[in-house]
Amino acid sequence: MLLILGVFALLSSSLAQADEFTEADLERWQQQFMDTVKQGRELWTSGDLGSNGVACAQCHPNAANTHPETYPKFQKQIGKVVPLWEMVNWCLKNPLEGQPLAADDPKMIALQAYITHERRGVKLEPGKH
Amino acid sequence: MKTFNKSRRNFLKNSGALAVAGTLPISLVELAFADDGQNFTFAYISDAHIQQIKGSRFVRNWDRGLIRAVAETNLLAPKPDFVMFGGDLAQLGKPAELDHGAEIMSALKHDVKYVMGEHDYYLDLGAYWEKLFGPQYYSFDHKGVHFIVLNSIRTYDDWTFNRWPSDEQRMMEMAGLDNPNGSPFMVGDEQRKWLQQDLAKVAKTTPIVVFSHSPLQKIYKGWNFWTEDAEQIQALLQPFAKVSVIYGHVHQIQYNQIGNISFHSVMATAWPWPYPQAYAQAEQYLPKLTVPMNRADPFFERDATGWQFINMDNGHVDLNFTLYSNKDRSVHFNPDEKKPLDTQYQEEDARIPPQHHY
Repeated sequence: MLLILGVFALLSSSLAQADEFTEADLERWQQQFMDTVKQGRELWTSGDLGSNGVACAQCHPNAANTHPETYPKFQKQIGKVVPLWEMVNWCLKNPLEGQPLAADDPKMIALQAYITHERRGVKLEPGKH
Repeated sequence: MKTFNKSRRNFLKNSGALAVAGTLPISLVELAFADDGQNFTFAYISDAHIQQIKGSRFVRNWDRGLIRAVAETNLLAPKPDFVMFGGDLAQLGKPAELDHGAEIMSALKHDVKYVMGEHDYYLDLGAYWEKLFGPQYYSFDHKGVHFIVLNSIRTYDDWTFNRWPSDEQRMMEMAGLDNPNGSPFMVGDEQRKWLQQDLAKVAKTTPIVVFSHSPLQKIYKGWNFWTEDAEQIQALLQPFAKVSVIYGHVHQIQYNQIGNISFHSVMATAWPWPYPQAYAQAEQYLPKLTVPMNRADPFFERDATGWQFINMDNGHVDLNFTLYSNKDRSVHFNPDEKKPLDTQYQEEDARIPPQHHY
């Protein structure tokens, strides 16, 4: 274990310091995020996620009324406290009559990135409603 | 059936109160509603969004909403004089969707009149809809009330005729509520001219009820809760003593008063929409009068959907909303304040938890 740590330390010492972010880094991270948001928006408005052609955006224009800042919270229809992705799956299974996605499915991540981006600026209220 | 008995009682009570207070001027209104036999009601079903999956398969949940509304309307007591359908019968304007919707509606045992919605219109600009249901705008009189139906979801000619490579794409672009490629709704010059001529024949004391799909007021442009020439239409309606505008499209309870005009929205049978203030990124103008409806239980597939029973005992419209899995709501014209108000939840301290939208 010590040996492994030592190797890791050596490796990282040859790279930039952790606090040395360049403008290019920031741009790349933002770009990665916005690309994922864009994919999320495409999935959100597409009838292809489920089996009946219904799209998330039909009930949630601009992802409104998804209030991601309130998760994890108790969802009556699921019967326990759940994170946002489990609620997304409830919608995929019910109104969209489709298959649920794995928590780390890139589509699920993109959907959550889009939902969260549309709520930027709203304060966190975990557990609300 | 409890609801309707209750609204019947309210309407008798209101009639009594009005008679005692004597607030109504001697007018066609009083003549029209001089005795109970002249009172009438109509029902309103809206926004079914019948959506074809493939062939004879349609989205089950939207179908069920309309089927249930039709069945319940047939059980109404007192019987409504007629039923309005507020637009968006179809989701993508396809003949298969309009046919399927019309077939479900054909089970109604009442006369039905139709309003054009954007989802019915933008595939073939209303051609098939007209074949099934008649003209896109018209007026009629019933027991002393002048009713006007407008097609309020038209838009700029350039957008409609020149922008899209196919009818299907035009339909898809307009069908997305939050699609930035959409275009604001409007009644347009031709219909406004017609409206002016139609109103010229009507006494200023005659109660007027206008049906449109989009609100004839400006609430939130981003989702087309908006009619671009709203002010011009309002100006044509202001000279009349009692004007009510009833619109669909927004899938939620909204009400407002602008001068002489009372505005009411009706519920959808398909799915609920968020109130515009739920979208934090844009400014909106939801009327201050509106108490947002509760969404206690999204688990229930009819949650926050519904339809409404409307009575006109005092020449204004009183809306009694039947909301599945939600307490019923009533929005009545308040003669003292001269505006429509929620009969139960208007006061802040009367709200039920969690009547907030996060």
